[in-house]
Amino acid sequence: MTERIGVYVCHCGTNIAGMVDVEGVAKWAAEKLNHRGVVIARDYKFMCSSLGQELIQKDIHELGLTRVVVAACSPHLHEQTFRNACKQAGLNPYLCELVSIREQVSWVHTDKAAATEKSKAVVSSGVERVIWNEPLEPIRVPIHPDSLVVGGGIAGIQAALEIADAGYHVYLVEREPSIGGHMAQFDKTFPTLDCSACILTPKMVQAGSHPNITLMTWSEVTQVDGYVGNFTVTIKQKPRYVNAELCTGCGICQEKCPKKVIDDVYEAGLGNRKVIYNPFPQAVPKYPVLDRPNCTYFNKGTCKACEKFCPTGAIDFNQTDEYFQVNVGNIILATGFDLFDPLRIPQYGYKRLANVYTSLEFERLCNAAGPTNGNIVLRDGVTIPKTVGIVHCVGSRDKNYNAYCSSICCMQSLKFAHLVHERTGAEVYNFYIDIRTPSKGYEEFYQRLLEEGTHFVRGKVAEVTTAARDPKEEGKLIIQVEDTLIGKQRRIPVDMVILSAGIEPRSDSKETAHLFGLSCSADGWMIERHPKLDPVATMTEGIYIAGCVQGPKDIPASVVQGAAAAARVLGKIQQKEIALEPIRASVDQDKCSGCRICNNLCPFNAILFHEDLMVSEVNPALCQGCGTCVAACPAGAISGTGFSNEQILAQMDGLLLHNIQALNV
Amino acid sequence: MSEPFEPVIIGFTCNWCSYRAADLAGTARIKYPPNVRLIRLMCSGRLDPTFVLKALSGGADAVLITGCHPGECHYIEQNYKALRRYLLLRRTLVQMGVEPQRLKLVWASAAEGVRLASEITKLVEEIRSLGPLNWPTSTNGQVEIFEPLEVPA
Repeated sequence: MTERIGVYVCHCGTNIAGMVDVEGVAKWAAEKLNHRGVVIARDYKFMCSSLGQELIQKDIHELGLTRVVVAACSPHLHEQTFRNACKQAGLNPYLCELVSIREQVSWVHTDKAAATEKSKAVVSSGVERVIWNEPLEPIRVPIHPDSLVVGGGIAGIQAALEIADAGYHVYLVEREPSIGGHMAQFDKTFPTLDCSACILTPKMVQAGSHPNITLMTWSEVTQVDGYVGNFTVTIKQKPRYVNAELCTGCGICQEKCPKKVIDDVYEAGLGNRKVIYNPFPQAVPKYPVLDRPNCTYFNKGTCKACEKFCPTGAIDFNQTDEYFQVNVGNIILATGFDLFDPLRIPQYGYKRLANVYTSLEFERLCNAAGPTNGNIVLRDGVTIPKTVGIVHCVGSRDKNYNAYCSSICCMQSLKFAHLVHERTGAEVYNFYIDIRTPSKGYEEFYQRLLEEGTHFVRGKVAEVTTAARDPKEEGKLIIQVEDTLIGKQRRIPVDMVILSAGIEPRSDSKETAHLFGLSCSADGWMIERHPKLDPVATMTEGIYIAGCVQGPKDIPASVVQGAAAAARVLGKIQQKEIALEPIRASVDQDKCSGCRICNNLCPFNAILFHEDLMVSEVNPALCQGCGTCVAACPAGAISGTGFSNEQILAQMDGLLLHNIQALNV
Repeated sequence: MSEPFEPVIIGFTCNWCSYRAADLAGTARIKYPPNVRLIRLMCSGRLDPTFVLKALSGGADAVLITGCHPGECHYIEQNYKALRRYLLLRRTLVQMGVEPQRLKLVWASAAEGVRLASEITKLVEEIRSLGPLNWPTSTNGQVEIFEPLEVPA
């Protein structure tokens, strides 16, 4: 039985028609492919429009089409559109193919004749392939109503709260002893100058006490198995050495602990903490954590002051790693960012020159709960700076380090300038390339800083040095910079330098990507499903990304992405089951010889072997449709729906125009 | 004057990385020669070496295999399997008398539209200078077409 195939060639305005003779291609298909089953071939300005879709639907009804080929843009854009149009007209959607003659032809070639010939070959390949298409039904899998949020910063907290408020259970896993993320380290937030902790801690408290949120801090995900709707996640909870059932959060253990160490996580190396500690007073949960590598008891067997003084006997030195396995339907990854390390730019003098600070260090300096009680002073702890230099774009917009713009540092630098003015009355110099203030209230904030008398120098700082050239520069940090607006080199002596370091993906982002089966770019940012239209989804169904893990962004954008990811998850949970593309492998057990070559090829462990029957079988729920086993089977016993050998070889025949050559013989 | 030789090259792309790279090249309007005709697979691991042989025996002068970078395969590690097959296939082709340059492997991530376009351009130029493959088909010069099987009603 020959199929009745309809071919539709889209002009896409002039996007395709400008380079390809679309009418000619349609005519060619009607004439030359008629013997292959093409009963109608049309060209139309915009196939994806309602009128374009109606053309197809009308032909399905009136001409009894059994297959449809659309030659237009990329299947990644409109395959669903045309498949839905066919479905509405009563034709199984998988009997419709979209072949690209735009991204793959009209937009990339310059020779009209060659582009038209290639388009004919592409249409021919679509026709040959679609003959072999089978009517398929999507696979339905149930969605487990629990969710997992990885990362307890502002994006993760927002996501968890939205899902929990909607009535569904969430596991919120955080690597540090407390949730809060980087936002908990800041003093004020731009442009409103809200106190960061004041706006963050209410959300933290909500997340910590919400009946639908299981908070697991000091914990990490170690394994992820399964697929959308049915993930099995293994979470390792590291030992706090504090029994949460008994601890009241009184803080006596921290007072009595005799050993102080440098806090290089929360205090950015600027302050100290005890070995048993809460990272900050508003930590959620309130239970402290004992830092085992630095603990005198674990190193030498003595001390135990915390245990002695704990009024409820909550200290437990015998705790070990605990592993939990949880079932969830969806996962949101919100693991945040790391700061660019300015040690990589030695000419800026970080750590070599005392009064050069990173942005995070300066935040701690400004914070009233920080190591200097909010006083902006030099490293001696006493001297108030009289001039401060703020260097923008440290490690960003720089092809020697990171080419991208870190998005937040201009606003952060302006914020620092304001805080310095306010608290010290010092002269402030900002050294910038451009001032980037795109969001609401940002440009106005910049104007305010201009009115405050901040000095702006447009130029990339060449170096920060103490090598004085005249008496005025003695004892100061000298910033050497080209002031590009006046075209002169300048040397500006300051007391303190703040490096607005860029933000980078977490140092272990590649491992994280591998753990969750996601892709991250060469930079290390997680790759979203579509940069414009789908920034929170990933290529892996059921796993979403939110916040800086996807790319540099400010707090409002992180909150929005957390909420967006939560909305996607809630949408899935609400549907109770999800339809998956039925692209799967299946073993013809009559042909299978039991060689088991396929068994070890599957990274999803979807192939099982039946010892009694001596044949392999593919579990359609676990199979992701990659087709590796299909290619490997020596007996050709495994077929791949949607990408069968017949379909692919037919496509190739079409591309090489064998179907036309056969006519001439 | 006879027409200059224009190679016909079949390219296999994977749905997640290299096909998106080709799309990106299109969106960015990067130009490359029209000699390559692409077939989309879900994964480079789907590539059966017989596809390559069929392409070359069917009239293609070269075959391009593309996929995600090792370590970044959407299906975790299937591009390594594609790599293994490619290496063995290349040796086999050489033993059959086919120049190794006629089989090319390019790893391209979804962001590397420019790179994919330039690799395609390089390949086309190389094959143009190498000349047509002229793989002998059947004895009477007929080209076989892959007929769909009759499906009982």
